[in-house]
Amino acid sequence: MTTFNDIDYGTPARQSEDLVTLQIDGAQVSVPVGTSLMRAAAEAGVMVPKLCATDSLEPFGSCRLCLVEIEGRKGFPASCTTPAAAGMVVRTQTERLQTLRRGVMELYISDHPLDCLTCSANGDCELQTQAGVVGLREVRYGLKGANHLDDVKDESNPYFSYDPSKCIVCNRCVRACEETQGTFALTISGRGFESRVSPGQDEPFMQSECVSCGACVQACPTATLQEKTVIERGQPEHSVITTCAYCGVGCSFKAEMKGSEVVRMTPWKDGGANEGHSCVKGRFAWGYATHKDRITKPMIRAKITDPWREVSWDEAINHAASEFRRIQAQHGRDSIGGITSSRCTNEETYLVQKLVRAAFGNNNVDTCARVCHSPTGYGLGQSYGTSAGTQTFKSIEHCDVVMVIGANPSDAHPVFASRMKKRLREGARLIVVDPRAIDLVDAPHVKADYHLALRPGTNVAVVSALAHVIVTEGLVDEAYVAERCDPKSYVQWREFVSRPENSPEALEAETGVPAEDLRGAARLYATGGNAAIYYGLGVTEHAQGSTTVMGIANLAMCTGNVGREGVGVNPLRGQNNVQGSCDMGSFPHEFPGYRHVSDSTVRASFEAHWGVELQAEPGLRIPNMFEASLAGSFKGLYCQGEDIVQSDPNTQHVAAALEAMECIVVQDLFLNETAKYAHVFLPGSSFLEKDGTFTNAERRISLVRKVMPPLGGLADWEATCRLSNALGYPMNYAHPSEIMDEIAALTPTFSGVSFARIEARGSLQWPCNDAAPEGTPIMHVGGFVRGKGRFLITQYVPSTEKVTRKYPLLLTTGRILSQYNVGAQTRRTPNNQWHSEDVLEIHAVDAEDRGIRDGDWVGIESRAGDTVLRARISERMQPGVVYTTFHFPESGANVITTDNSDWATNCPEYKVTAVQVARVLQPSGWQREYKRFSEQQEELLNHGR
Amino acid sequence: MDAENLVKMANQIGDFFAAFPDRAEALDGIAGHIRKFWAPPMRRQLLAHVDASGAAAGVSPIVNEALQAYREQLA
Repeated sequence: MTTFNDIDYGTPARQSEDLVTLQIDGAQVSVPVGTSLMRAAAEAGVMVPKLCATDSLEPFGSCRLCLVEIEGRKGFPASCTTPAAAGMVVRTQTERLQTLRRGVMELYISDHPLDCLTCSANGDCELQTQAGVVGLREVRYGLKGANHLDDVKDESNPYFSYDPSKCIVCNRCVRACEETQGTFALTISGRGFESRVSPGQDEPFMQSECVSCGACVQACPTATLQEKTVIERGQPEHSVITTCAYCGVGCSFKAEMKGSEVVRMTPWKDGGANEGHSCVKGRFAWGYATHKDRITKPMIRAKITDPWREVSWDEAINHAASEFRRIQAQHGRDSIGGITSSRCTNEETYLVQKLVRAAFGNNNVDTCARVCHSPTGYGLGQSYGTSAGTQTFKSIEHCDVVMVIGANPSDAHPVFASRMKKRLREGARLIVVDPRAIDLVDAPHVKADYHLALRPGTNVAVVSALAHVIVTEGLVDEAYVAERCDPKSYVQWREFVSRPENSPEALEAETGVPAEDLRGAARLYATGGNAAIYYGLGVTEHAQGSTTVMGIANLAMCTGNVGREGVGVNPLRGQNNVQGSCDMGSFPHEFPGYRHVSDSTVRASFEAHWGVELQAEPGLRIPNMFEASLAGSFKGLYCQGEDIVQSDPNTQHVAAALEAMECIVVQDLFLNETAKYAHVFLPGSSFLEKDGTFTNAERRISLVRKVMPPLGGLADWEATCRLSNALGYPMNYAHPSEIMDEIAALTPTFSGVSFARIEARGSLQWPCNDAAPEGTPIMHVGGFVRGKGRFLITQYVPSTEKVTRKYPLLLTTGRILSQYNVGAQTRRTPNNQWHSEDVLEIHAVDAEDRGIRDGDWVGIESRAGDTVLRARISERMQPGVVYTTFHFPESGANVITTDNSDWATNCPEYKVTAVQVARVLQPSGWQREYKRFSEQQEELLNHGR
Repeated sequence: MDAENLVKMANQIGDFFAAFPDRAEALDGIAGHIRKFWAPPMRRQLLAHVDASGAAAGVSPIVNEALQAYREQLA
């Protein structure tokens, strides 16, 4: 799909079933009530000149270029701020209007550099375009009067430049920062002629609150705010719609290209997930795709102490296949397995699990969702019958009460956070359940009604206490429960949560949450109107992660908050294709579409299609693979697009498990931490280099489109096909659309999905089949997928990871806005200018007790290991809790985290690790060994290249 | 695989289902979960560990009861 300039209707669309009909320049047009004259004209094909208006922002009425005449009315109203009314007769093109517009434009141009031919926006400048439209031929005032032509550029942001000499003070950037992003980092300082765009308190962009989302750049009609890549490379000549490869929001972008070179990525306004908004990662941090660290040649080596040797694709693939077959001959069919990636497409993920099941002949396949949202899949499957969130992101526009549990959308899902903040500014109420004072607790024009700052590890106690209040205070939606839910489970659950030991007062000492606050939050959630829960890894990455998910499902059911707009249970997925990788059968116990491998009917359908006999027993999960490796029964691994050494808990345990294997095949963009333990390296392809689909947290399937050839010569799906063929199991697809066709043929919830249908509709939300041919934006409307919703008893079981005198603090881990997951992508971009190292956030009291000052090196020791980071004193922390991120491998955040995991899914308990913190003067022993090992691996890489 | 870790995982599963008021449902839930999500070698090793170690195996009473009641399906 090739597209370039979208129509800008000038003002946002209005939703109303009531239409008004009017006449514009002689043409009849009918528009919803509330539509501006400017938009009505645009919809009739009449483009009224404009500068301060754009359809992503509410009308402002400042530029005076969009004046029109209305019969029977005096003057020249601005068409952007004048609503269309029935019977209006409007003229947009008259001699008087032309004269007025030329006069306005003349004033603008009198204080604007006339360097159009050398300007970076040449050909993409609305001021230039409108000067042409209004027919400006001269500037009577000359260019020698007072002006801003010598104003100094702000080049502080690594991605865009601010040139005040080109600013027309249209306020679009300021309004975008407020309305679209919700950060309020920009304002107009000064008055009259002195008016200038000001980040923060007249600071450079990089020193202001700006989060570099790009909304201001997108909104700017001139070259005032301009991408540096456009300044360097010139205007793009074509664009391709594709899907971002970062978080689970799954934003649609236009990759704006010069040939096969990306010039810029701009958010697509028709993208269902983001509707024209973006964050610093998707908008700007795509340079990793062509970073010098990319490995584009296949490599092999016999031992991890050997130099890498560049080889042909055929040699690498044949070597990998022969090693896997040798291991199976020697150690048994189940001695090898594979790991799929949430950073890869649905089609690639599907092929890897197919390769494991059909070519390896076992079910030893798992995915990185194991370590993030596997409890969501299990918990929601148990309660509602399907392993996915219930809503669209847009649904929040109908929400009255937002409950955010264990998620920090401002950092991890920023584009959705902007939507959420917009709704909160409109008056929705907010409950935050989080150990830390995350951004949402007190953001510009957003303040949480309740912040339940619980102790890490007590989620289940808090959720049960919320249910206790709802049940014992008579706030259950009994009619909904009677109609929609399983009565036996409800009666049992009701009795359980009503017990005194589940009251907020009884649990206050354990959770640290004042009972009165918890009661207030429960009442607000149950009675405040449409209530929606959004949660993240702060829920799932616990020993009771699955229990909390079921507890959340209970809360939503008992209050009748499932099955319509504005409500629901919304897991915020970490990576872009977590939902998709789970949908595609990446777990060892189930086929695509969440169907257990023991189901003989389902298995028979796959056997018939794939032409092999399949195993009926579940295979090994990732942590089971590690255990089996250390026990000597698991010897080979095909790992596509994941970095388990950096991302999985207890790094030393993972490394030991990998060292015990005989053949590890890593397919990735870079020599990541896992690849340092590998014997075969297959060059991966970035999202820009292949076709496919991603499925976001809304179950929205969107196309990923190839805009440049794979740097390594093969897309990931092609490499998997070659490996399978070398193993003797034929895989021959000409295009990923054929893989999706196979998925659709075998998976009832995907039976209506095809590349052609996604292309035609922009995206599709599963289930998409005969029962829902247009897809399913909202789940469980009219009834739950499993039939009756099931209440599950959520007994709080304290974590075994307890604080002691030796380990008196609790460490919890998370993410930051500018970096993504293990950082393999974002660390290779200028995003490092915001976050160049992981630090340990610690409360002032805990720091003072230990004589720690801001910036000191501190050792963090747990029962699993120790590492050293810089300390940052933070008021976001509560006393007794420390926090860090895991974006840099040398930080060793997961050297500290333990093997503890969720009871149902083995999702690691990343969020609760007992630690001690003390000032130190040198890196930890692990860090010194990591440095030595990494330098050695770098030498072995360079030796072979 | 590490028997101690298998016991820990089984006991965690037991902790969840132990709260069910219907004992038969709880036992079925424990065995069903292990059957559905554990690879056969893990199940067999747990059973072998329990057989060999008896009361010293470390499994909680409700897990032990479930393992014995559903032994054939788990083996």
